Amino acid sequence: MELMLALGVGLFAGCGVYLLLRARSFDLILGITVLSYAVNLFIFATGRLAVDRTPILAPDTPATLAHYADPLPQALVLTAIVIGFGMTALLVAVALAARRAGDDDHVDAGRQEPQ
Amino acid sequence: MNHWPIAPILLPLFTAVLLLALGRWRPAWQLPVNLLATAALLLICVGLLARAADGGVTAYLLGNWQAPFGIVLAVDRLAALMLALTAGLALASLLAAAPRWHTRGAHFHPLFQMQLMGLNGAFLTADLFNLFVFFEVLLIASYGLLLHGGGGRRLHASLHYVTLNLVGSALFLLAVSLLYGVTGTLNMADLAVKVAQAPDADLGLLHAAGLLLLVVFGLKAAVLPLGLWLPTTYGAASAPVAALFAIMTKVGVYAIVRVFTLIFVGERLAVAAPLLLSLGLATLLLASLGALSAGSLQRLAGYLTLASAGTLLATVGLAEPDALAAALYYLPQTTLAVAALFLLAELVARQRGDLAGALVGGPAVRQPALLGGLFLLVAATLAGLPPFSGFVGKLLILRSTVGGVDGFAVWTALLLSGLALLIAFGRAGSQLFWKVSPALEGSRHGVLAMIPVAWLLVGGLLLVVLAAPVLRFTEAGAQQLLAPAGYIEAVLGARPVQRVMP
Repeated sequence: MELMLALGVGLFAGCGVYLLLRARSFDLILGITVLSYAVNLFIFATGRLAVDRTPILAPDTPATLAHYADPLPQALVLTAIVIGFGMTALLVAVALAARRAGDDDHVDAGRQEPQ
Repeated sequence: MNHWPIAPILLPLFTAVLLLALGRWRPAWQLPVNLLATAALLLICVGLLARAADGGVTAYLLGNWQAPFGIVLAVDRLAALMLALTAGLALASLLAAAPRWHTRGAHFHPLFQMQLMGLNGAFLTADLFNLFVFFEVLLIASYGLLLHGGGGRRLHASLHYVTLNLVGSALFLLAVSLLYGVTGTLNMADLAVKVAQAPDADLGLLHAAGLLLLVVFGLKAAVLPLGLWLPTTYGAASAPVAALFAIMTKVGVYAIVRVFTLIFVGERLAVAAPLLLSLGLATLLLASLGALSAGSLQRLAGYLTLASAGTLLATVGLAEPDALAAALYYLPQTTLAVAALFLLAELVARQRGDLAGALVGGPAVRQPALLGGLFLLVAATLAGLPPFSGFVGKLLILRSTVGGVDGFAVWTALLLSGLALLIAFGRAGSQLFWKVSPALEGSRHGVLAMIPVAWLLVGGLLLVVLAAPVLRFTEAGAQQLLAPAGYIEAVLGARPVQRVMP
């Protein structure tokens, strides 16, 4: 399971970086999204991998770490997902507007660089 | 419990909500309410600064949770200094936006206050994940402010800026979770304790986390390989926003100082220390070259932001108490001066018709003596000419390196960049104020338009006039930073308030 998760994080991160470097606004958004998947999986993994353990205390199980998953990384992932989602929505809006203004989906489209 | 430490976060938050409502029902009231709230914020921050000057670290337990389990806010000298600087800068920026610019689009006022909330929170928080959250708050507000007013150039600059910061946020999360995975805590004071005791087997992971944090904060501070977006972005932003953004690069510098004087210290953990000096000096030299090549006054100001970030980072990298004290003096004065240059650039641009801020000969400004005089003051401060605050700041930095191994490199870079900046300003000034054809018809700037620039310049002058007490404060601040035991003790030792149950 560790290997699978590590490969998954690596694959997502690699794809995300590749898409980012394509410098097209749609690929850029996809790249950011895929990259944030990699990061979220990674945060999840820092709470240690365990099967069949809940992060919430149950009345019939003793309250020691051997019986529960670490709840904090899950809370962090939740926060990161919410923030990432909002940011991606904003990026979509900006990219759409830039596409209309520049008439091309390259991130540098129609830009006149002052010296 | 003393509740003042949370006021700089709550006041902008509630004001932003109020402004959002006013925007719908009473748009005309937004500006006075915003001004009032910002002035109140300045008073609160100055009050916190006065309290912090006594030397104590005030810790505030959010939700009344004992330290490593809840989020803690902490006010020490550095945090209080940054808070007061932010509030002072915000007032100038808002006054500059007041005449006409804030009506150019919707939601300027709520975004402005949210930006302040993010900045204040980033300076106050003593929790690494909370720092990430406040970074996002200030960034998302800054995206809105950058786009305010519209235009294709702004859109493209924003697209780059948003993307870079999103990637930065992803790296920040990686670093934070890596630290959590190794140490099991996110509280900075607790991290300092746990990281210092970490077994050797974990050192590799900790170094990776530390260097990732350096990349993230370096991106915010616009340090060399990561800073090339800045002149374009700030050049595209409108003047009041760019002036407010002058503090944003300093957030990165602040975070670098905080993390690398508190958590990653000592022989085996100081991963970033050897990099800071060389990166800072390289940034400074590149920014000076950029200033020489700048084609418009706005871009010149952007490169100066870069130069001040480089100087600060190099000074912090010296890791001497004197150098850190010099950096704490240099930081506020350079922020004020760069912000003044951004505001002045707009005043000049508005009187030159279509040429705006382009550094070519053209129609004269209509108030050459006034604007030229202000330009001279700002240029002298930023290039580091006596008797202005930039000179005192640079002198302190130079003095702190005497006798050190790195002294030669710092002297060379700082003096060379001073010369380059002087030439850049000389060229800009002669193009703007000397090689001119008759002025265009139009109105002149009233006294009101000059107030923000004057406010920032007076702030800089006060730093010179009151140099002795300010220096005592920054020296004490540097010592407080280099002896983090007090900070750790204050944060981890803060006890929740006990309620007596009826």
